[in-house]
Amino acid sequence: MASKLTLSNRTGWTFALPGFALIFTFIVLPFFFAIGLSLTNQRLLSPNPTQFVGLENYRQLLDFAVVTLEPERNEAGEVVRDEAGEIQYPRLRAITRSDDHPQYRGMREWFRWQSGENVRVVIANDVVFMKALVNTFLFVLVVAPVQGGLALMLALLINQKLRGISVFRTIYFMPVVVSIVVVSLLWRFIYDGQNGLLNSILQGLSFGLFQPVDWLGEPSTALPAIMAMSIWQAVGFHMVIWLAGLQTISPTLYEAAAIEGASKWQTFRYVTWPGLRNTAVLVLVVITIQGFALFAQIDVMTNGGPRDSTQTLVFQAVERGYGKQDISGGSTISVILFAIVLAISLIQRWLTRER
Amino acid sequence: MNLTKHLAGVMIASACLCVPALAQTKLTMWYHGAGNEVESRILNQIISDFNTSQSDWTVSIESFPEKSYNDSVAAAALAGNLPDILDVDGPIMPNWAWAGYLQPLPIDESEFADFLPGTKGVWDGKLYSVGLWDAAVALFARQSTLDELGLRTPTVDKPWSSEEFMAALDAAKASGKYEFALDLGMNDQAEWYSYAFSPFLQSFGGDIVDRSTYRTAEGALNGEAAQAFGKWWQSLFTGGYAPGTSEDPADQQTGFINGKFAFQWNGNWRAVETMKAVDDVVFLPAPDFGAGNKIGAGSWQFGVSAKSKYPEGAAEFIKFAAQDKYLAAFSDGIGLIPPTPSAAQMTKNYKDGGPLAMFFDLSKAQALVRPVTPGYVVQAKVFTKALADIANGADVADTLDAAVDEIDADIESNGGYGHQ
Amino acid sequence: MAFDPDNYGLRLFVRYLVLCLIALIFIFPLVFMINSSFKPDNQLLADTSSLRAFVPVGDISLNNYFGAFRRAPVGLFVLNSVLVTGATVLLSLLICSLAAFSFAFLRWKGRDVVFSIVIATLIIPFETIAIPLLLLVSKLPWIGLEGLQWGWLNTYRVQIIPWIADGLTIFLFVQYFKGLPGELIEAGRVEGASWWQVYYRIVMPLSGPVLATAAILKFLVMYNQYLWPLIVVQQETYRPVMVGLGYFFQLNVAWGEVMAYLTLITVPVLIFYLFLQRAFIASIASTGVKG
Repeated sequence: MASKLTLSNRTGWTFALPGFALIFTFIVLPFFFAIGLSLTNQRLLSPNPTQFVGLENYRQLLDFAVVTLEPERNEAGEVVRDEAGEIQYPRLRAITRSDDHPQYRGMREWFRWQSGENVRVVIANDVVFMKALVNTFLFVLVVAPVQGGLALMLALLINQKLRGISVFRTIYFMPVVVSIVVVSLLWRFIYDGQNGLLNSILQGLSFGLFQPVDWLGEPSTALPAIMAMSIWQAVGFHMVIWLAGLQTISPTLYEAAAIEGASKWQTFRYVTWPGLRNTAVLVLVVITIQGFALFAQIDVMTNGGPRDSTQTLVFQAVERGYGKQDISGGSTISVILFAIVLAISLIQRWLTRER
Repeated sequence: MNLTKHLAGVMIASACLCVPALAQTKLTMWYHGAGNEVESRILNQIISDFNTSQSDWTVSIESFPEKSYNDSVAAAALAGNLPDILDVDGPIMPNWAWAGYLQPLPIDESEFADFLPGTKGVWDGKLYSVGLWDAAVALFARQSTLDELGLRTPTVDKPWSSEEFMAALDAAKASGKYEFALDLGMNDQAEWYSYAFSPFLQSFGGDIVDRSTYRTAEGALNGEAAQAFGKWWQSLFTGGYAPGTSEDPADQQTGFINGKFAFQWNGNWRAVETMKAVDDVVFLPAPDFGAGNKIGAGSWQFGVSAKSKYPEGAAEFIKFAAQDKYLAAFSDGIGLIPPTPSAAQMTKNYKDGGPLAMFFDLSKAQALVRPVTPGYVVQAKVFTKALADIANGADVADTLDAAVDEIDADIESNGGYGHQ
Repeated sequence: MAFDPDNYGLRLFVRYLVLCLIALIFIFPLVFMINSSFKPDNQLLADTSSLRAFVPVGDISLNNYFGAFRRAPVGLFVLNSVLVTGATVLLSLLICSLAAFSFAFLRWKGRDVVFSIVIATLIIPFETIAIPLLLLVSKLPWIGLEGLQWGWLNTYRVQIIPWIADGLTIFLFVQYFKGLPGELIEAGRVEGASWWQVYYRIVMPLSGPVLATAAILKFLVMYNQYLWPLIVVQQETYRPVMVGLGYFFQLNVAWGEVMAYLTLITVPVLIFYLFLQRAFIASIASTGVKG
């Protein structure tokens, strides 16, 4: 549409300048500073002079290798097996802490897989970072579609003309109003493995068949538990964004659809959904950004545990930058996060470009 | 105190409470106790006493919430905005001193000769900070529990051995009366782990870092003693003796009082409240796992910021605050251990025969300060994560190795933290 | 649409039932918070394991509220937060919508580059730039009543100005503006209106829903500020509510007072939300515009 309008350099700049100047000063500049920090060994508090270290911080985080473990053999050269028949392998420690392999020194196991008789182990210099990277993406991949979808359903539900509907709209919005820190504290009580509310309810509903689960204490359930809580907490907010989008669809279109005898689904498919295109982009972008910034829930509920199953990038950036006073390491994580998300959005834009 | 000076101070104060005396130089002080009524009341009393006691200085205080105090100070230090007098957590002090945010106290150490060792912050051979109290940790139990389970009452001189301790836990578990035999307060992953649990490691013969050089953790945190500690630690959770990291915050606060736990490893700041609720509570010393029984020492202390232009004024205040009557007032108010024997006699809990007197003995006999190194800030974090991971079932040897690697890498990248 | 009268009642009932069930899922933290604020600590903690947590039973009193006011200057914290939040929201709505108007409707040299930069800032989590930003604001100049000063620490402005403009709010407006019927703007221009008049007379009156959404988003971000005020404000005089929450987390957490405090600080957010409620449903239809 803009192309139909005449060029208006002065007005354009005048309108955009206050906002852009503020963003440039208070976000872009500090971020450039953070990029600079990531190339040094700067500490938060230290009397030592700062040194330029190039890409060393990045290597520390991203370096990984694959090593092969061969089965242990007895003197006869047979593979040693334990009572259960499992092949016995030497400990990884024998490689990563031996002087024969200085290049693997300090590296840790990330994950392993079986390959014939041997085991292949991916070792990484910073396993916690790798896990944080994977968890963060997992979180965004699950939360973005589920939260966005549920929010749309709620918005459609709430967008009907019923007496008292605004009361419900307010209630659905409630979890958003309460600070995430508070909500996280509360859910710790709910998820408690001993006598938490969730276990009590599930046991009640299943007449005692359900075995209590230590939701935040098991590596397999901790991240899903946090995902569920996060979806619940912010779904009301996205409902409101969808609702705002729904308001922009002209009622005449619905009238036309009704006249043509369109079913509810057809109305949604051919009137509502196309009208929500901009809103959908917005909702996805907002959820994705909030997902990548996942921090408060982790900080309050699990501290990244149990066994790194809930580590996330921003949590690690904060933990290192502030907690461990390694401001250059923390900055490096944020630069990597920035680069990854930027790359994804560029690819996504290229794929959905208007041809 | 000079009498004329004292009188003059009183006169000035009574004559014009509202107008600051021209001759007085203003000193600013930061404190970690925002929201703590008792502490604030006592400290404000000390400050107003000090301000009226002499005519050179007036101290004004700014209080911060404890859990974010260190972050506030770090930020202010970065922005060059520190006050004259700084409240500093004992184990963090070397970090701030090394980073250049504190200056040595211009007070002779002999002034604090009879203070408990844990209340004196010494770094690089110089006294940087002094505490008005110390804290201690003990095993909380009920006398009735000990009687029922037929357990010997351990003493500071003859603590439980490792076997006796595990037998006690087994007995508590077998009785079926408790949700868990032992509560360790695992939900609190701030500095509690290194404060409360590293003494166990030390009692096994290991440590967070090799204290002979402070340049590596190799051998200390992953040697045989540390591996044995790690296996024992893991068994507490795999054996179902203690709740793990996902324990809800309520249990730590009320679980022992409500009888969910037979024993609780807890600090003496909880002692007064627990005594109110449990008549026959007893405070037992740490078990001896082979290398002596240990508990952590060192609590909040006062120091002078490096930027202060008036270190002598700040020192005046710190000396003034370290009088026995104030030490006793703090102890009575918040239940912590007074640093001097004479102050202890003035308190209701720590005088001879007082209900908490054993904590004073504990502090003298068992207390070991946390590693005195600027690297402690990072080492505590690494140690905490390693213990949480092991409690959650991670491989002991690998986890401790990883912790050693991280600590060593950190020491390396900080140029040895000033240790030669 | 025609309804069978009998059926209509039933369908209405089912609709309300569904709405109520969903409401239950969302309301419980607030119910828990408010109920807990009336209970003494021991009972509060004991109740968390059962449905008793959601009903005001047992030893009910206002003691926690008195305790909260004794422990911390609650009124001051709320006032500070409301002031900082209110100022930021108002300035943000103006400045971000202006910028978005420029991005959405105007064509100017450098627009695409500038817009790309603004959008890219979306990806930067605040935690990661806090320290550089702290170093920056501690050296910025300011001209106030007392003349030229250096450094913004311990002020309201340091809590407001860096937060006025952000990529998300601008993006929010841009997405909404793109959905507005373009003929309207062109019609305005043809009739000789200046761009400012188009913005002020045509676009803004149509922007109720997006203004409300942006305001809520900004309000929540600002009202829940924690890390930033923690590092730039050392004086209690300027402390906001979330930093004030720290007053209640002593070695012995006073959970009842925490809940009372949280209930108190949630009130302004609720008022603000209820105030904006109507704007959400102020649809295009009600302004008489046809797409």
